[in-house]
Order: sequence, then C-alpha cells, then structure tokens
Amino acid sequence: MGVVNSILTSKWTKVVVFALCLVPLAVLVWKGFQNELGANPVEFVEHWTGDWTIRFLIITLCVTPFRKLLHVPQLIRFRRMLGLFAFFYVCLHFSTWIWLDRFFNLSDMWADMLKRRFITVGFAGFVLLIPLAITSTKGWIRRLGGKRWQLLHRAIYLSAIAGVIHYYWQVKSDERKPLQYAAVVGALLAWRLGAWLYKRRQKSATDNRTSKEPVTAETA
Amino acid sequence: MDDKPASKLTYSDITPKGAYTNRRNFLFGMLATGGAVTGWKHFSNWMSGPATGSVPVKLNNVKKGPFSTAEAITPENDVTTYNNFYEFGTGKGDPSRNAKNFRTSPWTVSVEGEVKKPRKLSMDDIMKIAPLEERIYRHRCVEAWSIVVPWIGYSFSALANLVEPTPKAKYVAFESYYDTRQMPEGPSAGIPFPYLEGLRMDEAMHPLTLLCVGMYGETLPNQDGAPVRMVIPWKYGYKSAKSLVKIRFVKNQPPTTWNTATPEWYGFYSNVNPNVNTVRWSQATEHRLGGGIFSRPIPTQIFNGYGDKVASLYSGMDLRKYY
Ligand code: HEM
Repeated sequence: MGVVNSILTSKWTKVVVFALCLVPLAVLVWKGFQNELGANPVEFVEHWTGDWTIRFLIITLCVTPFRKLLHVPQLIRFRRMLGLFAFFYVCLHFSTWIWLDRFFNLSDMWADMLKRRFITVGFAGFVLLIPLAITSTKGWIRRLGGKRWQLLHRAIYLSAIAGVIHYYWQVKSDERKPLQYAAVVGALLAWRLGAWLYKRRQKSATDNRTSKEPVTAETA
Repeated sequence: MDDKPASKLTYSDITPKGAYTNRRNFLFGMLATGGAVTGWKHFSNWMSGPATGSVPVKLNNVKKGPFSTAEAITPENDVTTYNNFYEFGTGKGDPSRNAKNFRTSPWTVSVEGEVKKPRKLSMDDIMKIAPLEERIYRHRCVEAWSIVVPWIGYSFSALANLVEPTPKAKYVAFESYYDTRQMPEGPSAGIPFPYLEGLRMDEAMHPLTLLCVGMYGETLPNQDGAPVRMVIPWKYGYKSAKSLVKIRFVKNQPPTTWNTATPEWYGFYSNVNPNVNTVRWSQATEHRLGGGIFSRPIPTQIFNGYGDKVASLYSGMDLRKYY
C-alpha cells in the first residue's frame, strides 16, 4: 500500500495522467498526417471525438466507485482533470460538427438542433457540462459550498445519460455499441443508487448514535 | 485464350488478376523465406485456384455510355474501402475486410414473376445481354456523403425486355445474396436479410437505371456488390441493391429492407431531395468524398442533379408524402 500511495500522491503521476489523456488527440492528429482518416475524414474525426467524450465521462464516473471499492481515496486527485478532459473532447466534437461538418451554416445547424433529436440531446449533454467546467476550481467549491457544489456536479450523470441516448438515437440499426455504453453508464449510476440507499438505511438504523457526516466535495 | 477474339471472351474466361499475383507471391514466398509454412500457405492458395471474382479483373470492350458527368471521379481507393454492405458488417471498413473471400462464381440470377420468359441467368449470360457501357454517375448516400463513380453495365431495361414483362408487372423487386456462412456478420446488423429493394416499373425501365457489373474499368470488387448490382443515380444509395440473386416483376409495391426497418427514416421512393429531411438527417448538403478533411459540404441537388431526366416520373406526386 505504501508504494501505491506514493505513486497516487506523486505530482508526477498527475503529469503522466495528463499526458495519457492527450493520447487520443495525439493519435488522431498523427492519423491525420499519415492520411489514415479514411475516405470520410470529417466523419472519422466526429466519431473519434464523440467516442472519447463518452469514454472520458465514463472514466470520470469510475473514480468514486473505484475509490470506495478498491480503498484508494487518493484517486480523487484525478477526478477534476478527467472531467475536464471529457469537456475538452466534447468541445472538439462540437467544433468538428460546427466547422468541418456543417461549415458554420447557422440556419442548417439551428434546424438540426430543433429537428434532429439526437443532436438536441447531444447538445443538452454538452451544455450541462459547461457549468461543471466553469465551477471545477477550488474557489468555486468554496463559493458554492460543498453541498451545493456537489449537487450541481451531479449534472454529469445527466450528461452521460444524454450522451448514451445521443449515440443510441443516431445509429441506423446496429445498436451494439450504444447499448454497451448504456450498460456501463447504467452500472456506474446503479452503484451510486445502491450506495445511497445503503447509506440511508444505515443512517436510519443508527440515527440516534451518530451525527450527520459532513458532506464535502470529496465524498460525492 | 489468345486465339479467341476478345469479344467472344466469357465472364469465366477472364483471367483474374489474382491468378498472376498468387503465382508471383508463391515464388517470392518460397525464395524469400524458404519456410515450409509460408510455402505451404501460398502453395495451397495456388492449388485451390483463384477465387473467381474475388479480385476485380479488367473488362474489355467497354464503350463510353450516355449520361456521364464531367465531375472529378472519386479516387477508387475511397470507393473500395468505405462501404455500406451490412451483410459483411456495419462499419464502413468492414466490407472491404470481410468480403475478401466472397464466392461470386458460379452465380445465378433468377429473373421471374410477371414475365413471359422467366430465366435463370449466369454471369456469362448477363455479360452478353447488351454492350457494356461506362457511365460516370454521382452516387449520393442517405448519410449525406457522395461519390462520383465510373460504373460499367447497361440499362436495366435491356434485361427486362429479354424476359418480357406482362402488363401485370407494375413493380420490380430485387433481392441480394445472403448466406450466414459467407456473411457471419449479417445477423448482428440489426436489419432483416436477405436485403430487399424495389422500383416502380417506369423507374426500373428508365434508361438511367443501370444493371451494373463493373467499375473503374474492372469487374465489381466484392465489397461494392460483385458480381452484379443495381445503380439508380437519382435515389439514395441503399436503393441500389448489391450482389443480386433475384429480380422479380410483381403487381404490388414490394417490401424494401430499410423502409420496413425504419419507415420514418427511409421511404420507398427515396429520391434524393434536399427539401425533404428526416428526424435523422438533414439532406440539404453533402460531403463529396476524396476532397480531404477541409473540403466544404456542397449543396445537394434534387434528384441528385438528374431532375431533367426523371422529374417527369413523379409529376403530380407529393414528394414530401412519397419520400
Ligand atoms: C455529452 C455530449 C456528447 C457525447 C457524449 C457525444 C458522443 C458521441 C458519440 C459516442 C458518437 C458516435 C461515435 C461513433 O459512431 O463512433 C457521436 C456522434 C456524433 N455526435 Fe456527439 N456527443 C455529444 C455531443 C454532441 C453535440 C453537442 C453535437 C452537435 C451538436 C454532436 C454531434 C454528433 C454528430 C453529428 C455525430 C455523428 C453522427 C453521424 O455519424 O451521422 N454530439 N457523439
């Protein structure tokens, strides 16, 4: 445990994780220069960045269950970075759509937002992440107070659900991949529900013995 | 083979490129490695003969046909590596990987239904029904991308006239090959197979409608619908059924695969139309493949730009209702 602990708390680990999070982008750029984006490069980039958005949302949602199940509370150090990378990739994804796919055709994009429900729900998933990215700093946790901050940041659950629905609604017939993501997101949210129910039962059982556990950003 | 006049060559006479390359590979394999394993692999490949049709071969005596566009032809590599052929997998790159060993010889197309002379046609028969023409058509996918392809074939009407449809024939139903042993990815595609498509009789008989046996000067690659497919350039690509095994002239509008699976996204007519959008796609613009990542979307034309030739087929019809 000593080694694990010193790795997880080393500032270099953060640097390494940061670099790892950039690998999907680096591979994409590399493929671009190698002419390996295939016959429809715009679609390739759109799918690549979309895939990595949902993956980073999932990785971020893994932090809390892993901390608790594996007893590695230090993982919390990476959660903000991972969440911000999900936001980073959705920004790339959204920009790909605006620039390469639709080429700033405002009326076209507006029609898509209104009419194409997979776009509408994807956009909702993106918008939900904006306040989370803004309030991801220590200053904002302090300003909002741990409890309110935590409540706000539960919006990531909705964003992940929106992302899965966005994917599910766009596939033509082969639903395997969106259903796989749905299963993973579903399991991660179910774990939270389970943990919450468990806590509540315990609390009512021991109500007169313990006082309320203080909620901080770290316990979400 | 040399003493035969070129025009008498039959489909099965054409020596597949694979025969040369396999033989060369065989020698190189032996020389380079001297290894028994490599040697045996190439040897067995060579002994089992070329998988006819699995490697495109050059088509001779193809004349320039009518209706060709002067637009830049899409690089062949894009047209052979980016395919929707769900029997071989739903990823765009799946068909080019999974259709490599698809057997296209022997091949029979059954032409039947409301016709005076039903026929079971071999590929040799099909190659002889009418002179082969090269026609460079725009091809627009419902997914808002498009390509420009030099197809080879002849008007479908030539085949129809051969079997003499009766006055009862109002539609033509097309059926693609399906066999899970050759297409193990098929059951995961999420749509029912065999793949079915259909045209109204006047659409099928329109001179633009092509019975297609080749592209880019050669026979069709497997992933592009070998050995014989339809090409209907004013309709979304999925109307152009691949690897045909059955052509049936019928009285009533036949069921078609995508329309059955998701009717809100795919109509029976499926004419390219920038003014009719579905909940899935805006059809206002398209990406022309081959132009690179920064190529801008181009406006989609009604009937894919073939309106002067086909719009009259639909006069008086509400194209929003019959999309
Ligand atoms: C939380 C937010 C989002 C997530 C998690 C997400 C995720 C995804 C995923 C997983 C894919 C499919 C990738 C594949 O097929 O491999 C995708 C495709 C796509 N997304 Fe998103 N996305 C989000 C937001 C958005 C937004 C805001 C837009 C634009 C307004 C957008 C537009 C698209 C488009 C156009 C496609 C491609 C659809 C096609 O192939 O036709 N997405 N996205």
